[in-house]
Amino acid sequence: MNLAIRDIRHNAGRFVFTTLGVGLLLMIVMGMGGIYRGLIYEATLLVDRVGADLWVVQGTTRGPFAEISRIPANLEDRVRAVPGVAQARRFVSHTIQREHGGKPLRMVVQGLSWPDDRGEWVPLVAGRPLRQAHYEMIADQSLGLPLGEKIKLGKEVYEVVGQTRGLVGTGGDGLAFFTASDAMAIQFDVPGEAVRLERAARRARLEGIDLGRLQPLLLDRAAGLSSGIPAFATPQVSAILVTLDPGADEAAVRRVLGTWPDVTVYSTQEQKDLLLAGMVDKARRQLGLFRVLLIVISTIVIALIVYTLTLDKIRDIALLKLIGARNRVIGGLILQQALFMGAFGFGLAWWLGWYLFPYFPRLVLIETADLVSLGLIVIVISTLASLIGIWKALRVEPNTVLAV
Amino acid sequence: MNAAATEAPAIEVTNLRKVYGRGHTEVVAVRDATLRMARGEIVGLFGPSGSGKSTLLTAMALINPPTAGRIAIGGQPVMDGPHALVDARAFRRQNIGFVFQKPNLIPFLTALENVQVALEINDTPARQARQRALDLLGYLGVGPRANNLPDALSGGEQQRVAIARALANEPRLILADEPTASLDGALGRQVMELFAKVAHERHAGVLVVTHDHRTLDVFDRILDVEDGAIRVRTDPDASVPS
Repeated sequence: MNLAIRDIRHNAGRFVFTTLGVGLLLMIVMGMGGIYRGLIYEATLLVDRVGADLWVVQGTTRGPFAEISRIPANLEDRVRAVPGVAQARRFVSHTIQREHGGKPLRMVVQGLSWPDDRGEWVPLVAGRPLRQAHYEMIADQSLGLPLGEKIKLGKEVYEVVGQTRGLVGTGGDGLAFFTASDAMAIQFDVPGEAVRLERAARRARLEGIDLGRLQPLLLDRAAGLSSGIPAFATPQVSAILVTLDPGADEAAVRRVLGTWPDVTVYSTQEQKDLLLAGMVDKARRQLGLFRVLLIVISTIVIALIVYTLTLDKIRDIALLKLIGARNRVIGGLILQQALFMGAFGFGLAWWLGWYLFPYFPRLVLIETADLVSLGLIVIVISTLASLIGIWKALRVEPNTVLAV
Repeated sequence: MNAAATEAPAIEVTNLRKVYGRGHTEVVAVRDATLRMARGEIVGLFGPSGSGKSTLLTAMALINPPTAGRIAIGGQPVMDGPHALVDARAFRRQNIGFVFQKPNLIPFLTALENVQVALEINDTPARQARQRALDLLGYLGVGPRANNLPDALSGGEQQRVAIARALANEPRLILADEPTASLDGALGRQVMELFAKVAHERHAGVLVVTHDHRTLDVFDRILDVEDGAIRVRTDPDASVPS
C-alpha cells in the first residue's frame, strides 16, 4: 500500500497548489537555462553558418565579435593569393536602429561579398538569394519585413527579396543581408551637409599649408570624393573570411598569414570561443546565479511543505511507529511525497514552458541534456527537501499517540 | 478464563518500577508492580488519574522503559530493567495490539486500509492482507463500511475499526487505554463486550485500562492501581476514586 499517494489524495488541494508553485519556479529555472542556450545558439549561429575556415582580422585585435576590427577591403585580394586559399570574402557586420512604419527597427546589417557570395548559403524560408549588386536584401522574419517590402536605409531604398527564420545576431536583433558595398554604404552613410562640410574643411586645411598653395590642383581633389584621395584608406571591412582548398594545410596557411604584421588570424572555433568568452560569459554567470537561487528557493518551498505535511500527520506517524512500522516505511512516505512534488512540478514546468517559451522575445532553447540534468537536480533537491521532514518524523516518540 | 494452564502467559510483569526525575524531583510512578495475565483472559486495570496506570501500560507496550523489573510477553523476556532484550518495534509489530481512547485511525486511509496497513507493516502480502482485513471488519460488524474514510464513520464504528487493526496480526497481547472514554454508555458496553469476545474467541490476553465501572462484569479479573502499586480487587463491586 502506498501511503504517500493516499496522503496526497487526501490533501489534494494543498498538493496541487504547492506543485503549481514549484512547477512555476522550475519553469523559470528551465527557462533561464534555455535563454542561456538560446544566447549561445544565436551568438554562434552566424559564425557557424557563414562557413569560413579562417578569420583574418585587424592586427592585435580579437576580431569583430570581441572589439572593433577594421581592415581594408582589398585585403581580400592579398589573402586570395595565399597558396591553399580557395576563397576570400569580406565580412561586414554592424547593428543599426532606424524608424520603420512608425516603430523602431533594429537589425544587424550583414555584408555579402558580391559577386562571389550572393547568399546561397543563407537558409531561406521564402524568396531567393541576391541577384544584383545593389538595392536588394534578405531579411529575417523577426524584423517584420515581408517579401517585396521596400525600406529606405541611408540614401537608398532596398527591397526584401528573401526571408530567413531565426537568424539573429548576438543581441537578438534580426539579420539582414546586403551586398558588402551596400552594407558599407549603410554603415558609413552621412548626411549630404556633413559631407559638404567635411570637404570644405579639408580644402580649408590644405589652403592653410604650403602644399595647398604650391599645388592648387590638390585643392580640387581635397574637396572631392574621399575615395579619390590616396591618403584616405580604402573602404574598411570587419574581417576577411577565408575558405581553404579541399585538403589544404590550415596550419601552413596560418603560418603565411601570421607573418603579415597588419592582421591576426583565427580559426572559426577560436572566433566562437572569443565571442562566447566576451559576450556570453557574463550572461551565462548571471543566469547561472539566478538558476542556483531559484533551485535553492524551490528546495526550501518543497522542504517547508513536506515539513508541514509531516507535522500535520505527526500522530499518524507516531501510531505507525507504535504498531511497529519500520523507519523505512515512514521515511519512504515522506521521501516519496517530496519526489512526487518535484516530479509533478518538473512535468508542469516542462508542459508550461512548451507553450510559453515561444512567446519570449529571445530564443529559449531547451535541450534534452539540460532537461535530463534539471530532472536529476529535481530528484536531488526533492530528496534534500524531504530530509527535514524525515528527521522530524524519526524523532517522534510512539507514545505521542497516547496523548489525548 | 480460557487460558490453558500450561501455556505461556500473555504477559508477565515482575517487580516493575518506574521512577521519573532525580533527587527532590523524583517521582515513583510504578512501585514494584507484578502482574501475570494468561492468553484468552480479559483484565481490567482501574485507578485514579495519576496512579501510574498509563506508565504501566506504556512500559508493557515497550515504549517507556522501566527503571527496574522484568517483562515477558508470550513467555519471551523482553525487558530487563531499562534494557530491551528484543527489537521493541519489531516485537510490538508481531505481538502487541493497541486500542486507545480515541480510535487514532489514519485519516487518509479507508477503514479497510487502516487494518490492512498493520498487516502490510508486518510483511503480509497485500492481497492476503486485504482479505484478512475484510474478514476482521466483518467479524467486528463494520464490513459494509470498509471503504469509508474515518471521517464518514461514527465513533463506535471507528473504535471497531481500531480493534480490528489491533487484532490484525493475531497478537498475544492487546493493550487498551480508556477505549470507551469517548463513547456513550451503550456503545461503550458494546465495545467492552467485543474485547471480551476477542479475548475468549481469538485467544489473546486483553488488558484494559479504564474508569468505566459500568462494564465491570465483562472482565475476568480486575486490578486496581494506587500510588503505582497493583492490588488485586477481591470485591468486584468496590470502587476506587477516579
